Amino acid sequence: MEFNDFDHHATIEGTTVFDGTQAMKGYALNKMCYSFNGAAAREEYLQDPEAYFDKFGLNDEQKQACRDKNVLALIAAGGNIYYLAKFAGIYKLDVQDVGAQQTGMSKEEFKEKLRRAGD
Amino acid sequence: MAKIIGGLTSSHIPAVGNAVHNKLFDDPYWKPFFDGYPAIQDWLNEHKPDVAINIYNDHGLGFFLDKMPTFAIGAAHQYVNEDEGWGIPQLDPFPGDAPFSWHIIESMVAQEFDITSCQELAVDHGFVVPMQLFWPGAPHNPDLPRTIPISANTVQHPIPTLGRALNFGRALRKAILSWPQDIKVVVLGTGGLSHQLDGERAGFINKEFDQYCMEKIVSDPDALTKISRHELVEKAGAQGTEFLMWMMMRGALGDKVKAVHSNYHIPISNTGAGTMLLEPVES
Repeated sequence: MEFNDFDHHATIEGTTVFDGTQAMKGYALNKMCYSFNGAAAREEYLQDPEAYFDKFGLNDEQKQACRDKNVLALIAAGGNIYYLAKFAGIYKLDVQDVGAQQTGMSKEEFKEKLRRAGD
Repeated sequence: MAKIIGGLTSSHIPAVGNAVHNKLFDDPYWKPFFDGYPAIQDWLNEHKPDVAINIYNDHGLGFFLDKMPTFAIGAAHQYVNEDEGWGIPQLDPFPGDAPFSWHIIESMVAQEFDITSCQELAVDHGFVVPMQLFWPGAPHNPDLPRTIPISANTVQHPIPTLGRALNFGRALRKAILSWPQDIKVVVLGTGGLSHQLDGERAGFINKEFDQYCMEKIVSDPDALTKISRHELVEKAGAQGTEFLMWMMMRGALGDKVKAVHSNYHIPISNTGAGTMLLEPVES
């Protein structure tokens, strides 16, 4: 029996459910992001991002997504949003910046979309 | 014996931590949200609970994906709020109640909820923001209760089912009520309501579903257990799964409750924010 017979992955449009499949894929990336809870780690990263990627064993896809600060690519590479938020924090990107980037809107447009949800 | 005098719900959005720090209570964006709290603060001031059991979900401070407990219970003498990496002001430690924690842990495992006990646990915005909202100035509010954090996993699937969360709360109720000290306990369910931070669907908020959840959490929480986890992600958004904390809180209040206070506002940050005060009704 193939492993895929036990595929628990759920498909929801516009959503990557962070499950075992994603957890396996993104472990190194998420571990790096988890380290950013510490100020010293954030400082070390900013001094030499490439060395920091290697320290945590990121693969090429993950490194490129980090260089590009591309949130959808980071998620596709196995990133978990709670940890990615710490990466985004280094660049002073808040959750509206992150939302705007992923939906192809300006930040103001994205905030308006949120406001309209209350109508 | 210990008594459960109420259940409190609140969103725990990080931006609220900054808004509290900057005292934006009358700011037009924040006012409709903060206006949901004074009535509950007054109630707390009147009833002065001794212990607050704060059910929240860690967001990558206390736990990493190397070891991810489905249900974790704090058993520390104090809980430290640490740097989360994005510039929320850090607060001083919150006092715990370790003997009561261990009683709850013993009781939960005896009731076959196999939890993770934590003698050290760094608590993030999910824990501290509601404490700040309900006890202004926390942790330096003179009426601040001792706290016991309980964290449920919503970071990584599989997450618990809504039925399991409700039953966890029901077991927690037995654990609390069997504690021999004459103390008053409130149970907090923090997080939610609908929101999604990640993916092309980022910014998803579902007012209708949130209002359904706020109604049923009072009148018929068992009806909510029919919602599958897949459906919860679909209808509440990927991070709206934090509603599980509300289910755990609700289970601890017993069969019948009345809603004493309720507030709902869209948006705060990317989220539909729900605030409630529930009182158990003796049957």
